[in-house]
Amino acid sequence: MGPYLLDNYGEAVAMLLFTIGFTNLLLQKNLIKKIIGFNIMDSAIYLFLALKGYIEGRMAPIYTQGYTSASDYVNPIPAGLVLTGIVVSVSVTALMLSLTVKLYSRYHTLNLDEISTRLRREKR
Amino acid sequence: MDFIRNFPFFSIMISMLSGIISSILPKKAAKLLNLFMIITVFFLSLILLIYLCITGESFVYMMGHFPAPYGNEIRAGILEALMALFFSAVMFLSVVGGHKKLDEEVDEDRHNLYYILVNMMLSSLLALVYTNDLFTAYVFVEINTISACGLIMIRRIGRTYIAAVRYMIMSLIGSGLMLLGICLIYDMTGHLLMSNIKSSIEAIHASGQFRMPLVVMTTLISVGLCVKSSLFPFHAWLPDAYGYSTVSSAAILSSLVSKGYIFLLLKIIYRVIGFEVFVSTNILNVFYVFGLSAMIFGSIRAIRENDIRRMIAYSSIAQIGYIYMGFGLATDLGMEAGIFQILSHGATKSLLFIAAIGLTDVSGFNRAFIHVTGAGYRNKIAGIGFTVGALSMVGVPMFSGFISKLLFAEAGINVEGKSVPTLVVLAISVILNAIYFMKTVIRIYTPAPDSEFKEESFRFKDKLSYSLTILGFIALNLVLGMSSEVFNDLIHKGLEMFS
Repeated sequence: MGPYLLDNYGEAVAMLLFTIGFTNLLLQKNLIKKIIGFNIMDSAIYLFLALKGYIEGRMAPIYTQGYTSASDYVNPIPAGLVLTGIVVSVSVTALMLSLTVKLYSRYHTLNLDEISTRLRREKR
Repeated sequence: MDFIRNFPFFSIMISMLSGIISSILPKKAAKLLNLFMIITVFFLSLILLIYLCITGESFVYMMGHFPAPYGNEIRAGILEALMALFFSAVMFLSVVGGHKKLDEEVDEDRHNLYYILVNMMLSSLLALVYTNDLFTAYVFVEINTISACGLIMIRRIGRTYIAAVRYMIMSLIGSGLMLLGICLIYDMTGHLLMSNIKSSIEAIHASGQFRMPLVVMTTLISVGLCVKSSLFPFHAWLPDAYGYSTVSSAAILSSLVSKGYIFLLLKIIYRVIGFEVFVSTNILNVFYVFGLSAMIFGSIRAIRENDIRRMIAYSSIAQIGYIYMGFGLATDLGMEAGIFQILSHGATKSLLFIAAIGLTDVSGFNRAFIHVTGAGYRNKIAGIGFTVGALSMVGVPMFSGFISKLLFAEAGINVEGKSVPTLVVLAISVILNAIYFMKTVIRIYTPAPDSEFKEESFRFKDKLSYSLTILGFIALNLVLGMSSEVFNDLIHKGLEMFS
């Protein structure tokens, strides 16, 4: 693992970001911070995917005059996957944010633990 | 006859389209369209199942005009058709059975939204069942999560909002892990279609390279799907989500949503990674241990629960533990038992939820045990439904729960090192099940001496559809329990088609 770490520093950074996002999503008490953590986690995966599709010295996969061989371009599929993934994570973020708005207007706090304790007190 | 091959695609598209059309229809029409759509999907799946049984082989359906390595694919075999049939049947009964409650609990102007969510849920479940492409599966997993979240929070009280947030957080963790696993698979094999991935992974495994990435990738995907299907340590969101959402949502969530993820996991085990490779990573042993602990823990929490809906929700954790325990046996018999448990639990748990709501409604909408005393006399059909569900969960012969427990015991007895724990935990779990379900059944049939709740005042206005739903569920349970050979045969053939 050691000797390849420097060659694959991009992947290492992606994994580091994934861990940061993951822990934030799991452990933060503040709902907005949780959502930020989720976005960091997903972006890390997209970074990882984009790195995997990149091939040194090749062009973006857009058809232009003069270049016709597939070997001139980087792999376009990861870019497509990233695009799909971004659409998914945007919609999920929107849903989470709307839920947060609802909870905030009801309990006037973003702290998930506090909301839970209040719920327990109000007994359904 | 070849026209039937379009049916998987049709059933996904019909449910999606009717979701879109529902948004502009009046409330009544949206409901009718929704029911019509589910029935159509039911019959399409039935015809597909018969067709597949006649031809005896699965087929791959090309989406668009690009052949295998480039285009997207749908694949249908006996097991897929059986699951689609079962999902649409349970979905229909759950939606019909909870309709009265939906009127009471959800604002009038949001009913359309509810039917859109139900349609989206069914289409994503069908897509999970039929797809042959891993990334498509991921996208539909997310659609499934979003619609499940909507189904939870359609009833606008604080409890459901917080349940929806918890559900979303756990689901996002699960799908993040799963997406990372899929990226690793793509990185290793260069494919996203399940059949292509499987052949490359077999080659990689045979060459002995990339042992560690293979294990990491399998772990990521399995843990992601376990989190989403609420296996024991990841169940924190479940009791609130099932206990406080409107009853159709609870029935759909408990008997279909988690099962969709488990079915995807099954597909990944057999069709993406390959059964032998998956066994060699030892993840199944982890499933086994967590499945066993879920069986005990879920039942103990259910015994301590004082709220009938939450008790049923905790029992779901135990039942999902059974499924993972069956998978963890790492034999074909164990897998078949697990799949039968998917059917059995799906049919029984939605019956229990729908019946429990009938019982609490005649008890002044109180859900604590003390209030449901004698509720079986006040709402007879709900009492009968609950009793049948409870008997099935405990494992009394004739009902579907008995068959699944029998299959687990038969599968477990021959597995070296796992036979004793399987049988012992199965026995303990059955006893625990009996404690909390029989306690409830005895309570609902104990005459309440000075009952302030009278049958008349809390009568269902449209009792007929409710009664028919309960009868439908009971019939489903009895069919699963009494003609289990047919289903076992189908499951066996379906699993053979998988590889």
